Parts: sequence; structure tokens; C-alpha cells
Amino acid sequence: MPFTKQHRRLVATATAVVLGASALAACGSSDDSDTQDASGPANLTYWTWTPNMDKVVDLWNKGPGKKQQIKVTVKKQASGDTLVTKILTAHKAKKAPDLVQAEYQALPTLVSNDALADISGDAGDLKGKFADGIWQQATLGTDALYAIPQDSGPMMFYYRADLFKKYGLEVPGTWDEFAETARALKKKAPDKDLTTFSANDSGLFAGLAQQAGAKWWTASGDKWKVGIDDAATKKVADFWGGLVKEGAVDNQPMYTPAWNKALNTGKQIAWVSAVWAPGTLTTAAPDTKGKWAMAPLPQWDASSNATGSWGGSSTAVTTDSKHRAAAAKFAAWLNTDKAALTALAKESGIYPAATDAQLSGAFQEPPAYFSNQADFYPQAQKIAKTTAPAAWGPNVNVAYATFKDAFAAAAKNKSDFGDALTKMQDATVADMKKQGFEVAE
Amino acid sequence: MTSRKTRQSYGVKSAPYGFLLPAGILFALFFALPIGYAIWLSLHKVEVKGLGLGRGARSEVWAGLANYTDAVTDSELLHGALRILGYGAIVVPVMLGLALVFALMLDADRVRLAPFTRLAIFLPYAIPGVVAAMMWGFLYLPDVSPFYFLLDKLGLPQPDLLDGGPLYGAMANIAVWGGTGFNMIVIYTALRAIPAEVYEAARLDGCSQLQIALRVKIPMVAPSLVLTAFFSIIATLQVFNEPTTLKPLTNALSTTWSPLMRVYQDAFVKGDIYSAAATAVLIAVVTLVLSFGFLRAANSRTKQEEAR
Repeated sequence: MPFTKQHRRLVATATAVVLGASALAACGSSDDSDTQDASGPANLTYWTWTPNMDKVVDLWNKGPGKKQQIKVTVKKQASGDTLVTKILTAHKAKKAPDLVQAEYQALPTLVSNDALADISGDAGDLKGKFADGIWQQATLGTDALYAIPQDSGPMMFYYRADLFKKYGLEVPGTWDEFAETARALKKKAPDKDLTTFSANDSGLFAGLAQQAGAKWWTASGDKWKVGIDDAATKKVADFWGGLVKEGAVDNQPMYTPAWNKALNTGKQIAWVSAVWAPGTLTTAAPDTKGKWAMAPLPQWDASSNATGSWGGSSTAVTTDSKHRAAAAKFAAWLNTDKAALTALAKESGIYPAATDAQLSGAFQEPPAYFSNQADFYPQAQKIAKTTAPAAWGPNVNVAYATFKDAFAAAAKNKSDFGDALTKMQDATVADMKKQGFEVAE
Repeated sequence: MTSRKTRQSYGVKSAPYGFLLPAGILFALFFALPIGYAIWLSLHKVEVKGLGLGRGARSEVWAGLANYTDAVTDSELLHGALRILGYGAIVVPVMLGLALVFALMLDADRVRLAPFTRLAIFLPYAIPGVVAAMMWGFLYLPDVSPFYFLLDKLGLPQPDLLDGGPLYGAMANIAVWGGTGFNMIVIYTALRAIPAEVYEAARLDGCSQLQIALRVKIPMVAPSLVLTAFFSIIATLQVFNEPTTLKPLTNALSTTWSPLMRVYQDAFVKGDIYSAAATAVLIAVVTLVLSFGFLRAANSRTKQEEAR
């Protein structure tokens, strides 16, 4: 008797589990019909983390959107990887919003999950409005167009002009000079550092590698090639690894209270960053306002002229959208229309990817923090044009996560950065193979 | 007559099932179903064809136990487990020891300001773990910590609390600070429930306060000690808040420092819910085995002692 009772209970539980599982499985596999509905009024949802985006979207809803009966609703989201996961989860249930904000390096992941629609036929001809390096990230180098570039983060070199003068340092034009500057400062003021190598933002390292000409992911035929440990990236890793090892630069992470203090008190006197740095410095180092200056990123050899990009995102239309054409129209307006871009710059502090917007509107004056550098934005635009192309693949998230752990450990132990880079390459390739991607050796 | 009788007996027979139904439905919906789904996920994986771009390039396929073998053979997960064992070896004894001492002291005769002291020790428990970790994290950071400022002024050495061995102590400190109060209250409540005549008898036999504590009080609150240890072990195995909050402050904490951080990393950074499900199931099984194993061992010991 006890046996049968227990047995019956077991069967009941098992049935419940199987029923539940099959019901959920059924949810996941609905058919893929083409969801295209061009005419008629459209209500679009837009997931974005940009602050004050609702104010910019209001301009559309009251202006061009009203005429075309396309209404956009903003839903504020968390940024970066978190949003990618959320979009993919929503997409699994076929409930992704019409429009999403996505960082450039996330686009291949989203495309590979079939979450982003090809809008090359709906957005019009926009290619000429963006720098080639940016445009290629939105097309993934194909004929398709998966997103419209919104903002970009061309990388630059920021330094304390007053302290450089005090210690008799020159603004480095090449990375060799950068290393010399770091050593010279250590000699003159042993308790100060030129900057720190931080492993907590993979975008910085990716941008530096991009500047050196790295191609982390390339596709040929049916196979991916992963070149995270290519010669260019190795050069960058060894350079920083050497500086950390000899103690010429600090090895503590950035964005910590300690880092803020180091910048604010002049313990660290330079920062390799991007065009959005004034915003970060305003909050991190408020006391040093007006003492900083911006220069182009040091080059690998004196004759070259390139920069990487750190940050930057785009507006994409999902495959779940029932109004693809309408959504593409809005995305194109948001990122190329003069009024929209001016509002984006003013309300959200965005540095536009569209080239002709980089000098108009909000960008005629230097940022308040850099009021001493009148040509801040003209120079930024010049630098932005030299952005090297980037090559993203379908598992940037894995490479980035491995970077954080491997390089944090290497920076802490002052050990070989080359080994950390190999770890990053191996983990990325192993993950792709595990997922079933064809990877060329 | 007969038909009514059968109906009645049928009604009585099925009544318990009727009463059980709401609980059964809730159990199935909110317990069995999610666990079943996690297990189902853990037995699957996504397979990509070719470049993996475009429609239909990804499909969910049966993986068998592959996710489990990957998790079991993964050295990082094993190291994570060893790290939290080391962490737990500090947290559990120190926290419970302090809780017991505080409870005994509060329960002793002639103690002043007992209600205030009790509240003061309990208060940190009311502070959310993330906030506590952030607060301690700032206190540990040499450049912004007032303690380091004082050490510097006094010319004393300044230990790096966010690296190597001291890191374990630093993290354990956060858990002990936050958890001692709760455990103390549990033990204290058990102490108050001991009838006064037991103490009276002990005193008549010439027991000192210390002897009463060691020979009478501690054996009598043993069940609540077991209970608090049980909770603490589970909490240790699930540590996530403290290392995740401290991670941005130091290079010494990886994104997969504890097993649960690994699950989070797999599910929400790498987007691989299948491996995450397998690791989660594994952690649940280990937690279950360890905590119930502990309960069993503790119970059999008390039974043995009762038999003596």
C-alpha cells in the first residue's frame, strides 16, 4: 500500500513536469511567417537606455510621426549586455519591441539570433552620412543593414595640461613616447602615475586593439576566423603588460571611488578615453575642471593616423516588429535628422555618429569641462574620421567576460599579458565550437 | 438508500484529495514546474550551423548530460566551490560563535541595557546585503577609507584587504557583521524558553554562571544551534551579493568567483541559459546533500546522546 501511494505521487509529479515542459516547448516553436505590414497607423515600442530619450521621441510624435501616423513609445532599459539578454529572451517569445538600442559589438550576437531585421530596403540611402568604419559595423560587412548608427566613441588622449607643464612632459604622439612619458613621470614624482591599466571595461582594450589594426572576428565562406591573439592585439597587450610590470603605470581598476580620487587629486594625470570623457570627468574629478586637455590618441608609428572606438550604439529594428518600414523610418529620422540630432546632443549628451552633425548645434562650443580648449569638437571630428574599422563576431560577450577575468588577474599579478590574451582567444574559440559555429583554425 | 450510501462514501473518500488540491496545484505550478523546466533546459543546448547568421541558423537540440559533464569537469567551477568552502570555513564558525556568546551574555543575570544591546547587535541584519557590501567595500579601499587614513597617520602598516588571503577575511567580515544578529536572536529566544527551575536546580547544586552556561544552557539550545548552522551553510553556498558588489573595486575577484556568480555569468552575460540551468541544478543538489547531510548527522548525534 505505501508503495502504490508513493508510486502514484511520483507518476503525478512526473506527468506535471512533462506536460509543463511540452507546453513550454510548444511556445518556443511557433512558425516564422514574414511579419511585414507597411500601411496604416503604427504604434511602435522602443527599448533604449539613453537618458531623456522620451523628450527626443516627443519631437517625432508631434512632428513627422504625427503626419505619418507612426507613434513611438520609449521604454527605458538597462544598458549593454543586460539589454542584449533581455532582447533575446523577449525574441524567444516573439515579443521583442519594434525598436531597440544596441551597442555595435552586440549586433552580430543579435543578428545571429535572428533578432534584427534587415532594413536596407526601408531606411533609404544613408551610407554617405557616416564614417566608413562606423557604417561597416552596422552592415557587418554585408549588403544588409541591421541598424542605424546613433553615437560613436572615437578614442582620444586626455591629460592634465597644468601637471604636464609642471613635470616638463610632452604630449606623446606615439605609444613609445607614451611609455617614455610614463617612465619620466615616475622618475620625477614616484607616487604619481600617468594612468592605469584597467581590466574592468573590455571596450577600452578592444578600441586600442582596433586602433592597432586588429581583426578579432572575420568570416570567410562558411567559417569564422577568430584573431583575438593576432599580431596587432598582441602588440597592444604586451605594451600595457610591460608598463604594468615595470610599474610605470598603475594596475588598479577604473570607475572606483579610489580612481575618482586619483583623478581628482592629480595622482593620475592622464586617461586614455573617448569623446564622452568630459561627462565622466565632470563627475569623477570635479575639482580639476578646466585643467585637462585633449589630444589625439598616440599612434603606433609616427606616420599613421588612426583611432579606435570605445562605446557607441545604434538603433535597430527587430524581426518581431509588425511595422518594419515604419520603424526603419523612425530610426533613420532619429539618427540623421538635424533637429533630432541636436535634441539628442542637448538632452542626452550623445556624440552623434552622423558626420555632419558632429560640428553643428550643440557641438559649436567646447564642453563646459574643457572650456579652455576652444577647438575641442573640431578636433574631435577630425579624430572621429580616422576611426579604424572594427570586426565583431557572434560571441563578443564571451570574449569580453574572459578579458575581464584574465586581464584583471594578469594586472594584479603583474604577469604576462600575452598569456591572458591567449586565454581570451581560447575561451572565445571554445565557446563558438561548443555552440556549433564553424571555426577556421 | 443504497445509492445515497455509495455517494456518501465516495464523497468522504475523495474529500482529502479535494483539500489537497489547492496545495497540489500551487506546488505543481510554482515548484515542480519551474524546477522541471530548469532540468529540461539543462538537457538541451543551442546548435548553430555555419556562420550562424540569418534565419534558422540556430536550433535547440537535445544535449543529454553534456551540460552536466561540462560543469563537473570545469576547473573554474570547482575552484569557485573551493573558494566558498574557504569563505564558509571562516563565516559559519565565527558568526555562530559570536551569536552564541552574545546570546549567553544577554541572557546572563545582572545584565544592563539588554534591550538596547540586543537591538544594536540585530540592526545590521536589517541592512540589505548589497548596501552592506558597498559600505564595507568603501571602507576597505585604501584611498577613501577613514581607517587607512588613521593607520597612515599613526604610521602603521596598511594591509591590502581586497587581495589574496585578507580578501576572504574581508568578505567573511561582511557576512558576519550582517548575520550575527539574526542568529543571536534565534539562540536567545531558545534560551529564554528554558524553564527557570532548571537554573534554580543548577544553582542549588552549586553551579557558577559559567558552568550554567556551559553545562545547562548550551546543551539545551543545541537544536537551535543546529538550525542556525543549517541556515548559515545554505547561505554560504549561495553567496552572491557580496562578491558581486565588491568585484568592480578589485582585480582579485573574478566574474566567476562563486558558483552562483558563474550561473549568473552564463545566463545573463554569455546568454547560455542551458549551461546555467545545468550548473544551477548541480548547485541545488549539492546544497541539498550538504545541508540535509548536516541535519542528519546532527540529529543522529542528539539521539545518541538522549539514548545515553
